[in-house]
Formats: sequence, C-alpha cells, structure tokens
Amino acid sequence: MAEELNFICTACPQGCSLTVLMENGEVIEVTGNSCKKGLDYAQAETSDPRRMVATTVKIHNGFHPLLPVYTERPVPKPMIPQVLAEIRKVEVEAPVVMKSVVLENVLGTGINVLASRSMPAKG
Amino acid sequence: MQEKYDYIIIGGGVVGCMIARWLSRYEGKVLLIEKEADVGMGCSSANTAIVHAGYDPLPGSLKAKMNVRGNAMWDTLAGELNFAFERRGDYVVAIGDDELPLVHKLMDQGKQNGVPGMIMIDGPEMRAREKNINPETSGALWASTGGICDPFQVTVAAGENAVMNGAKVLLNTAFQDFIMEGKRVIGVRTNRGDIFGRWVINSAGIYADDVMHKAGIRPEFIIKPRKGEYYIFDRADVSIDNVLFPVPSHKGKGILVTTTLHENTIAGPNGTIIEDKEDTSTTKDGLAEVADGALKLIPSLNLRYSIANFVGLRPMGNGPCKTPGIVYNNDYIIEIPDEVQGLVNLGGIESPGLTSAPAIAEEVVDMLRDAGEKLVEKKDWDPIRPDRPRFRNMSHKDRQLLVEMDPRFGQVICRCENITEGEIIAEIHAPIPALTYDAIKRRTWLGTGRCQGGFDMTRVVTILSRELGISPLEVTKRGAGSEYLFRQTKQVEG
Amino acid sequence: MLAKQIYDVVVVGSGPGGVAAAIEAKKAGADDVLIIERDTELGGILLQCIHNGFGLELLKEDLPGPGYAQHFIEEMLSLHVEVLLNTMVMDITPQRHLFLSSKEHGYVEIEARAIVLAMGCRERTRAQIRIPGYRPNGIYTAGTAQRWVNVEGYMPGKEVVILGSGDIGMIMARRMTFEGAHVERVLEIQSYLSGLSRNLVQCLQDYNIPLQLNHTIKRILGKNRVEAIEAVQVDEKWNFVPGTEEVIPCDTLLLSVGLIPENELSRQAGVKLDPVTSGPYVDESFQTNVPGIFAAGNVVHVYDLVDWVSEAGFSAGKSAAQFAIALRNAEARYTPLIAGKNVRYVVPHKLDKSTLEQEDIRLQMRVTRPIEQPVWVEVHDGENLITRKAERYVRPGEMVTVILKTKNYADVAKSRQLTIDINPR
Repeated sequence: MAEELNFICTACPQGCSLTVLMENGEVIEVTGNSCKKGLDYAQAETSDPRRMVATTVKIHNGFHPLLPVYTERPVPKPMIPQVLAEIRKVEVEAPVVMKSVVLENVLGTGINVLASRSMPAKG
Repeated sequence: MQEKYDYIIIGGGVVGCMIARWLSRYEGKVLLIEKEADVGMGCSSANTAIVHAGYDPLPGSLKAKMNVRGNAMWDTLAGELNFAFERRGDYVVAIGDDELPLVHKLMDQGKQNGVPGMIMIDGPEMRAREKNINPETSGALWASTGGICDPFQVTVAAGENAVMNGAKVLLNTAFQDFIMEGKRVIGVRTNRGDIFGRWVINSAGIYADDVMHKAGIRPEFIIKPRKGEYYIFDRADVSIDNVLFPVPSHKGKGILVTTTLHENTIAGPNGTIIEDKEDTSTTKDGLAEVADGALKLIPSLNLRYSIANFVGLRPMGNGPCKTPGIVYNNDYIIEIPDEVQGLVNLGGIESPGLTSAPAIAEEVVDMLRDAGEKLVEKKDWDPIRPDRPRFRNMSHKDRQLLVEMDPRFGQVICRCENITEGEIIAEIHAPIPALTYDAIKRRTWLGTGRCQGGFDMTRVVTILSRELGISPLEVTKRGAGSEYLFRQTKQVEG
Repeated sequence: MLAKQIYDVVVVGSGPGGVAAAIEAKKAGADDVLIIERDTELGGILLQCIHNGFGLELLKEDLPGPGYAQHFIEEMLSLHVEVLLNTMVMDITPQRHLFLSSKEHGYVEIEARAIVLAMGCRERTRAQIRIPGYRPNGIYTAGTAQRWVNVEGYMPGKEVVILGSGDIGMIMARRMTFEGAHVERVLEIQSYLSGLSRNLVQCLQDYNIPLQLNHTIKRILGKNRVEAIEAVQVDEKWNFVPGTEEVIPCDTLLLSVGLIPENELSRQAGVKLDPVTSGPYVDESFQTNVPGIFAAGNVVHVYDLVDWVSEAGFSAGKSAAQFAIALRNAEARYTPLIAGKNVRYVVPHKLDKSTLEQEDIRLQMRVTRPIEQPVWVEVHDGENLITRKAERYVRPGEMVTVILKTKNYADVAKSRQLTIDINPR
C-alpha cells in the first residue's frame, strides 16, 4: 500500500521539505532533500522518530531554584511524556557540575539526562 | 468601641487626596477610603497632565471658577508637595483661516473667566515657536498660565502629606452604602466593615452619581464615562516641547500633542461617550481618531515611534450650572445638600478636574466652615511633603553620592528609565505604600520605556514579594485578580 | 573594588557575543579586559534558553543554551578576564568613558581604550504592535515568560495563546506544554513562518499545537487578567477579514513578535544606527562610526544561530584589542610632566619622547610663591635627576625656563613621568 508523506527535515537549520514515498511501512523514495542527512532523517522519522528533550529539575540550595537538564541523545518521540514525568521526579542538591548525570538510563532507553550547566550553591 | 472619624472621604483620586490634605491641616480625624489597590487609579492616572489656563470652561460656570482659582495655586502646591510641575504655557492652534475666529472666541471667554497672561499670535509666529506645527496654521492663542505636571505624583504627594499630618488611608476598601440615622449620614458601609464619621465627602469620580444616589441625593444626576485614548511616543524619536491644543469642538478640548514631564510625547485624547464605567479598552477606531487629530497639528508625527497606548474615562456629569442666567448642563457639583446632613457632595469632576483639585479642596473646607465646623489648625501641621530621590534625573556626581549613601540605589532595575531598587523599596514603604507593580510604575515611571517592563517585570515581582513578605504568587499588577504567576514550575504532576 | 580606572577593552554584556569578544581580545594581546554584566551571573539570554540546538556549527555538539554559554565562559575566565556582575552601564561617551552603577561598587566612571557593545536585543511589545483592548495582566513577551518558567521557577499561565511564530514563541509553546500548561493556538500575521522550520516540527507539530498563518489578534479581553483574545484572519495587506473573528478563551497571551537590537547605550555614545537593522553601522571589523567602539552579536542585527554570534564576537574582540594596543603604544610615546614643589604649572603638560631624540624641548613654568634666594630647578623621574638649572631667585610674575636636551633622551625614554621641583639651594 503506497503512501506519500510530507514533512520538514530538522537535521540542520535549512529545513528542506521532504516528500517520502512509503510502501508497506518501508521507505521507497525520498525527494526534496539537499544532502544525505535528509535521507537519514526521513528513514528515522518514519520508523523511529526521536527528539532531544530539555527541561528543568528542582535543585536544593542552588543559586537558582531550578537546574536545566537535557537528554544526552534524542529519545523516542512517543516516550516524551513519560520521560518528562520521570525527570520531574528528580531533585538534586547543589553544587552541580555541567554534564553530570542527573538521571541515568531514563526509562531503560540507555540515554542519560545531564545537567545543562554547572550551578553553585546559594550564598 | 468603634472608631469614629470626623471626615470620611470616599475616593482616593486627585480630588479626594487633595481634600484629605486640606482637611488634615485641622484638628479632627480624617479617613480616606479607596476601593482599588492604590490611590489615583481612575481618571487621575489617565489624563493629559495639563494644568489648564481656564479659557475653555463656560464663563459663569463652577468649572470656570474652580479652574482659574486652582490654576493660580499650583506653584505653591508644587513647592510644598514636591511634585514635578512646569508652567509651560499652552497654545490653541488654528489650522486654516476658518478656525481663527473660534480661537478669538476662546480668548474672550478666557478674559471673562479672569485668565491672565493671554495673547494672540499670528501664523508666522506660531510656525516660529513650533517648528513642527502644521504649516497651514493661521495663528494661535498663547496662554502663559497653562502648565503641565506629573498627575501620579500630584495624587500620591497630596495623599502622603495628608497621612504625614495624621490622616488615614485605607486601600482596597470599597464604599457600599451610607449609614443613616434619619436624615443624617453617620458613616459608611464598606466591604471591610462599617466605619462611622460625622461628615462623609463624596469624591468618587466616575461613581460619584451611584454614591450620591445611595443617600437619595440628585436622582437625576447621571455620570457618563467619556473615553479618551492616548498614544505615547518614544522620546528619542519624537519631542514636542510646546503644549498644543486644536480648536475645541463639542467633544471637548480636542486631541492635543505635547511632551510630558517624563519626556514622552503624548497625543490624545479623543472623547467617546460610552456606557460601561469599567471599559478602559483602547479601540482601533479611537486610536485612529487620535492619530488623525495629532497629525492635523503635527503632520510629521510618525506612529511607528509609539511605545504605548492608554485610556482615561472622564466623569461627564449632567449637573446644571447654579449661576442665574447661565444654561449649562455639564457643570461641577460641589455642595452640601439640604436633603441630608453630614454629606459633602461632589460630582462630575471631569476636565479641568486636575487643575481645579486644590481649589475644590479649599472650597470643601470653606463649605464645612460655613456649615459650622470649627476648623482649628493643628499646631504641628506640616505642608511640606519631601521628595524622594529620582536617580534618572540626577547628574553623575549626584548619583555617586546617592549610591554611596545607600547602595540599593546603585542597583538599576528598569533599564530604559533608569529606576533603581532603592527607589522601588522607598515606594513600597512610603506613607501610602505602593503594593502593586502598577503602583510602583506610576510613582517611579518604571516599565514605561521601550521594553515596557520586559527587563524589570520579573525583578519587581521578586522585590515586591520580598519587601511585602508575600509569595511571588500573590504579587499583582493592579490589585486582586491581576496576579502574575499561577504556581511554581515543578508543582504539577504528569 | 574595580582593579583599574582605564582598561584596554571593556565588553558590555556577557551573552555569547560579549564572551566571545572578551576571549579573543585577550588572545589578541589586550592587557586588561573587563566584561560587564547587569544580571547576577554571566551568560546573558542563553541562561534561559534551556533547549538544545546550540553549538552544532562551532562545537560540533548539540548543546542547550546554558551549556554553550558555560563552554565559552570557562575559556574566558581561564584567560583572566575581569568580571563585573550586577552592574548596569548607565552611559558611554564618544571618548569611551563608561559610567557604571551597582550595589557593590557604587556609581563609578571608568575609561576604555576600546569598547565592544554586546547588549543583545529586547523584545517587541504589545503597544508597539498596537493591539487594542484592555491592559490586563497576563500579557507577556515570550522571553519574560521564559525567564519565569526556566530560571525563577514560576508558571505565568495555564491556558496560553501565542502571537507570533518567531523561534522564542514556538520554543515557549513547547516549554509551557512540558510544564503542564495548555497552549491553545499560535497565531502568525504573515503568510509564512517567522522562525526556523525545525521548530515548527519539534515545538508545534509534535504537540498538535495549531498554527494559524495570516492571523492576528483583533482585541484582548479581560480587565485584571486576560480572559480571552479575539483572533481574526488578515489579507495580504494585514487588513482584518470580516466574519473570521474567533474568541479564544485563555489566561495568558505570549508575544513573539520580533526582537529589536538594544542600542540605547550606542546612541548615547554617538554611534550611528541603521534604521533598517536598528543596529549600528559597522565595518568588516565590526567597528562603528565611533573610533574604538565595536559591536558584536544581536545588538548589530538578529542572528539565527548563536554560533555565528560567537564568530562575530571573536572578530570584534580581536579588532578591539588591536585598536587598544595601538592606542596604548601611542600613549606610551608620551611622558607626562608634573608640576612639583613650588611649581604652579608646567607647559607642555606632556612630551613625545621621540621628539627629544631629534631636538631640544623647552619647559616653561611659573612658581607658586616668590623665593628670594638661589634655587635649583630640578627635573627628575621620581628616582633619578635628569637635569637641573640654577636660578638666583624665582617669582610668580617671571616665567622660569628649563631646556631638556637631546642628550637627556636616554633618561627620559626610561621614565614614566617627569616632575619639576624648585627648591632653595
């Protein structure tokens, strides 16, 4: 069963408009891309779309009440709400060093959640 | 044992605050109740800031009398209360030959009203005095006694001076009804309980009709809000020093253009009569009308440079003029009515209300004296309300001294207008405290510049929260119902 | 206390533009580099841009804003750049004097041989786009909301409408959704997306947040707090299409309707601005029309990628350092002449050492009081006597002259300043 999908590639800021021909869940043809990254993106987006997730967690005794955090690699798009819920449970203690692991292997994805910055303690 | 006041003033606009200030000079307990979170939140903070010369009101009217008498009081008042005031003079500009006779008529009217210092100038002279004026100008009336003030400062300063001299101000306290004993007013019922007093003074601005009706006074007197919209321009791009009026119409004095004492050029107001006393919305048509009027005077005005708009609702009343022979139905009501005792009744104090405010206060005191009140001056009455430092107006040297004295004046919170933390804290702890963002904004001019609060907003919320000892979630823009924040970011599950 | 009164390079703003400029200024040989930041920590707007997408070009890494900022801040600090936090620059003169205000250091004046302006942008406000209606609370620029949500930890709304499809608007649509708010609609007056298409996908489409192009807001409803907005379709001339009005209930309106370079200080410094960009006119080294004043980053024009802001900062910083070094070298040629004991003034006030190599220089002075006895008129550098002349007496009415000879050049060249004292013999 042939299916034509249109979407925008987000591999780089250019944002090429891709047209992807699918058949039986397989990618047959990709047009509109300017480079190979577009082909990879089309492949990933149709089989296993992933996104980087960035949010904040509560930090105790920190310079600010919140510490920004991010997933070190893109997580599966359908899991985003649960990933956010898991991260929301995390509370850390200041001081924190940039890129330290704030939540290990979130929901078994093998992906760690890291501190986006260092944050010293208050005062 | 219930506290009993001598004088209870309903309404903390410029008129109410002036009355409080005048009454606080004498022995007796003065209370001012204001329903909003700050004084002056009605018409007093949404006007053109002009102290009118007095050629505009109809000769013989109470408006004309209060205007001219009030105008003469402003220099002394500004010196005592330390607010910004400039007797800049104003122009009524005729565009085209057809308008010139109307301007002459205003001059005659002014003479009848006893306005000093007016002259007529011709087209070339007007063009010389204001380079940006419409070249079609055929001449103008120059009234040297016209002035401009900071109306927010005026209201707050008058109220503060009253408090300094023993008066009490209750914010967030709304009048609901009179407490009567037969035909005598003995107090007011408010949302915060009953308060008793020998005299109640109605200076409730746009609601003055509703208030007086509660005492059965003047059921035929109705106030209709006259909406006036304004543009405010970026001072770097637009600067008109002269106060420029057009020829007036049935709608009012017209759309004027001038630069305020905050150095912003403003244009406005139009004058649309509406029904809803709470409708302070700007409208596309209204703003277009203001733009047209402004461009008629100053064709080179570029709307692109506008940084804000605001709306004022003037309390237009249908009070009849009491002078025999004068047929006029938009006059001030300033009286002690016969029908009840213990009430001083004011109504329809629209433009020139700001100008007239000190004269009205004086008139109220005179009326009370005539009614038998023994007004004994307080031995320690202090007419002076000291100014607070204004960083933005200070030289580098003076700023240095100020910051050395109190480092909190070194922390600049409003980038565009140069307002410091020290000033904000001073207003929060002032005799009439600034409890909301808008209150601080009116008093200090913070948040009124190009970024319109973009940088200072989050910081002011933090300062208010800290200084008032409340959670940031409770900080409001203009009183209950206008909170900034809903909850902390991490409180919600899922 | 401030370390110095005069710096080689002063950078205003510690966002990516400023930090990059400070780094490169130091590397290019500037002696003293000072970076001034009005906020409580370094980083500028990046500190609240917690989403990813920064550094893909320059660092080959996909970092969140604070991480990108910290990378360069650490490099800058390792180069011993001096830092002032919580300090607002109040004024800059064309002579490159800066007036600073802070709680900690007070109100002070410093001087810079070169300045890099890196103040970034402010956001366009509701009044500037003239939306009629009430002025209730709940109308915020997207950046203000971002600061509350990401830094201070408060939610400024529950039911949100966003005007403008700029990047900040789309980013905040996602962010508010992540934190439990409901973003009802994004409205864009143009017929095309304002920001990056990547954000359309990752911020709006992923979360089924509807975007309506060719739409704007006709009115805002609500007296104390936003209660609803009235959306309306527009034609290509931005006129309202009658009959397309839709009242959307909400309690918050976020505005993402453009960034304006923040050039208030630039104006004060006499910098000429391009009305099209709203930023300074600059040459290839990012120097403005005022000699020694450079500008870098969003304060010049709005960039899409922070990586290019850093590149601009590097360029401006290097040029600023070169300007400062040249100025310092020129200054070093000059030796100040100080009126010492019993001397009221000396002319000239400073001399170009290289002149003394070729020709004698005449110093003329007057005394503060008559000394009716023999005196020595001595020129020294604080340690060594350079030359002296005997006079039988000195009087204020009679000018005293001393000649510095070419043979004195070697001594003068070594000195930092020369003082002339007159003492009784």
